[in-house]
Amino acid sequence: MARSAATTAPALQKRDFKQALQGLARPRGLRCVTKRLARLRAGAPARGPPGEHDGRRTQRRTGRRPHLPRPEAAARRPHMRGGHSPPPFPAAAEAGTLRRRRGKMAAAVPAVGCVRAAAALLLGCCGAALASGVQDQAEQFFRSGHTNNWAVLVCTSRFWFNYRHVANTLSVYRSVKRLGIPDSHIVLMLADDMACNPRNPKPATVFSHKNMELNVYGDDVEVDYRGYEVTVENFLRVLTGRIPPSTPRSKRLLSDDRSNILIYMTGHGGNGFLKFQDSEEITNVELADAFEQMWQKRRYNELLFIIDTCQGASMYERFYSPNIMALASSQVGEDSLSHQPDLAIGVHLMDRYTFYVLEFLEEIHPASQTNMNDLFQVCPKSLCVSTPGHRTDLFQRDPQNVLITDFFGSVRKVEITTETISLDRDLAGFESKLPKDELATEPLKYAEQFPVAQIIHQKPKQKDWHPPGGFILGLWALIIMVFFKTYGIKHMKHIF
Amino acid sequence: PPAVRTSITSRYEMVYRSTTAREEAALGAASAREADTALHPLQDASLGSLTVYVVPETSSLLPQGVSVYVGKHRSALVRAGGGLAARPAPLGSSVVAARPASALTGCGSLAGYEITFSLLNPDPKSHAVDWDIEDAVNRYVQPILDKLSLVANFSVDSQILYYAVLGVTPRFDKESSSFLLSTHSLPHVINPVEARLGSSAASLHPVLNFLLYVPEHSHSPLYIQDKDGAPVSTNAFHSPRWGGIMIYNVEAPASPQVSLPLHVDVDMVRVMEVFLAQLRLLFGLSREELPPEFLLESPGNEGLADWELDRLLWAHTMENIATVSTTLTSLAQLLDKIGNIVIKDDVASEVYRAVASAQSAMAELATGHLHSAFQASKEAVTSSERAFFDPSLLHLLYFPDDQKFAIYIPLYLPMSVPILLSLAKIVRETRQRKKEPTKMD
Repeated sequence: MARSAATTAPALQKRDFKQALQGLARPRGLRCVTKRLARLRAGAPARGPPGEHDGRRTQRRTGRRPHLPRPEAAARRPHMRGGHSPPPFPAAAEAGTLRRRRGKMAAAVPAVGCVRAAAALLLGCCGAALASGVQDQAEQFFRSGHTNNWAVLVCTSRFWFNYRHVANTLSVYRSVKRLGIPDSHIVLMLADDMACNPRNPKPATVFSHKNMELNVYGDDVEVDYRGYEVTVENFLRVLTGRIPPSTPRSKRLLSDDRSNILIYMTGHGGNGFLKFQDSEEITNVELADAFEQMWQKRRYNELLFIIDTCQGASMYERFYSPNIMALASSQVGEDSLSHQPDLAIGVHLMDRYTFYVLEFLEEIHPASQTNMNDLFQVCPKSLCVSTPGHRTDLFQRDPQNVLITDFFGSVRKVEITTETISLDRDLAGFESKLPKDELATEPLKYAEQFPVAQIIHQKPKQKDWHPPGGFILGLWALIIMVFFKTYGIKHMKHIF
Repeated sequence: PPAVRTSITSRYEMVYRSTTAREEAALGAASAREADTALHPLQDASLGSLTVYVVPETSSLLPQGVSVYVGKHRSALVRAGGGLAARPAPLGSSVVAARPASALTGCGSLAGYEITFSLLNPDPKSHAVDWDIEDAVNRYVQPILDKLSLVANFSVDSQILYYAVLGVTPRFDKESSSFLLSTHSLPHVINPVEARLGSSAASLHPVLNFLLYVPEHSHSPLYIQDKDGAPVSTNAFHSPRWGGIMIYNVEAPASPQVSLPLHVDVDMVRVMEVFLAQLRLLFGLSREELPPEFLLESPGNEGLADWELDRLLWAHTMENIATVSTTLTSLAQLLDKIGNIVIKDDVASEVYRAVASAQSAMAELATGHLHSAFQASKEAVTSSERAFFDPSLLHLLYFPDDQKFAIYIPLYLPMSVPILLSLAKIVRETRQRKKEPTKMD
């Protein structure tokens, strides 16, 4: 009888919780609420506190950091009080085993349930979260848990006629800086210099709008990787963190597990690859592997990948690491088109997709609440000619709840400091227990900046001559042998 | 953060004994605090242990209504009677073992931290601000950093920035005739200032910035408003993994004819009380809610209670061991995936060292030697990071075999077709000649 009741008990709705909360005289813990709920719904006593279902459902949905208190965890561990979330996964496993055991021992459940509920009431009830506390925690759950923002902006093509790719990258750089990410957290890679290019009729400027309305080069551009330093190897080294120890800090991506990273790439691409510097390519498999390496080391909290190239959607097809959202300017088989040429400068200034993204971002200010769904709508086919695509299946939160400023801006999480330490003003300073070693301070001087004497007298390094390898030798031997065999050995004396 | 399958079992070892004569004498002190200071030299408290003294129910040592008192060092006083069995467990776990909210744990926590104190003076024409930061650092900050030196290395700098404004304009509130900054505008305060702090040029270590902002004359006094609209008592806020900002209001001069700039001597004690509290919060040492019968002694000038240090060490050790296992696992997975990767000798030795250190850390933890366990775990993490982030392990540099085929076959296959056919022709001709040796006329 109890078992049939268990199987037919309907799932609880949010309105049931609300009802239960409204009926309480004073705010109580979740355990009390759920017990009262069980009493309200007189048809389903044997199932035990229904709150466990919801707790577990939430647990599975996130997989990472559940913020709602788990009543059964509080019941099982009476000594862990006061707002610490216990390690989530063992608790989930326990919840699972609890439910299974309950299912089997359906007859004994009412007694067990009562005792357990009484114990829980005693321990976890009145000290635990208030109703509004649950609300706050639920809200926090939907917000991103990042504490800092990074941006990696890459332009991969060189030559003057690829002006638009540099302009694309610089306009994203400008938006990202305007919305608050500091230069120390931006890695900007430009494969060629357009502003000081000898072919630029307006030197020191890079325009993004026709009639030179907006100079995206600005006054304080800090390019980290320039010219020939923008290679696939360097890009992958930046992402995975395997850089030689001599790399300066501005060229490193020093992100941690609470960083949201924006990666923007533009250039010429094809189905499954992106061309770097006209001589090498990065494939989507390599990129996906690099992101997986980043995930293994928890180098990002969430990642937004935007790519503006032809057939851009092929680049995000192979991603398999969690917490990645990707946007591309065109689908496989489509070309991304450029926006408008400027007749005075003589080249196309921007690509369509990034042009409309820039227009969209100009409306965003650091406190805006615009979310990712708006960014997905940015360049419809009528304006862009290509069909922009996006991929959110690897992302845990709903794009509706993801703010643009989560990736493009740097809105820090702040807390008001409410506690202080009381310091005794008159206490003399402590003698430091550690010995302070006095280093003899020698005068420091610069190394020779330009060792002329060494350079002048340098002999050219002798490169050792290596005999040609076996494969080449064998190939030539084969060709010669076949030639002479086919045409006869008598030709030999004419050669030698 | 540990991987999905790790679980941590903690075991408490409890030893019961009666008090010695000297401890009895110390417990005869007037108040709990004095008893605590008297008991401190008498204990042989090693890292990670907690000594609990059970005093009689009628003792006057503990104030009314307080049944548990936790001192600055590793001791606690518990009033006897009334469910004594339930007490040690909650006491032990809530005081010793509960994991502090890991605000600052992460791979950067190994190398060291750079702490920067900055004084922001946006209006030097009106305020000439002086702060004796060196003395304050030596007296108040250095003790807590010395205690934390077990965990990481610290270096402290300070600077004064002029004409550095907040990014937000505060509102004027007529009722209190002061300027107010609301909570939701606080996150936007930090970014415009950060570019000027020079934190990126300082070092490769993560930087903790503590800013003291003296508002302009036209915007004085400036208060931070919390969610309910009341001004915050400390007038400060902090951001996890970044640092904290405190606003220091200068009293308006008595007579309006006083010549500007006003000379301001910053009260470093008030400032350091807030900054040290923020430093503790950034390290995850917050005071969590304990039941009202517990009384926690404030650590005072030392900044950090010994048992809080123990908690931090426990948390760091566990996190380090978990990080080592995930790093080495993912390194192994990478090596499996790319068959022909070349492992240099030093990478191999780092991996061996990491594994050995992690195992010794686990062994030390099992026996309860916290200090050596922490040192071993720190070594393990350093070695594993060095092995994982070695520049030679870039997967791009190692071509998989199928890529080699994909490059060379289209090149050499068409060329080799006539060669192979000719070879076949040669073989056929040689065989034919061998078969008819006597075709002679």
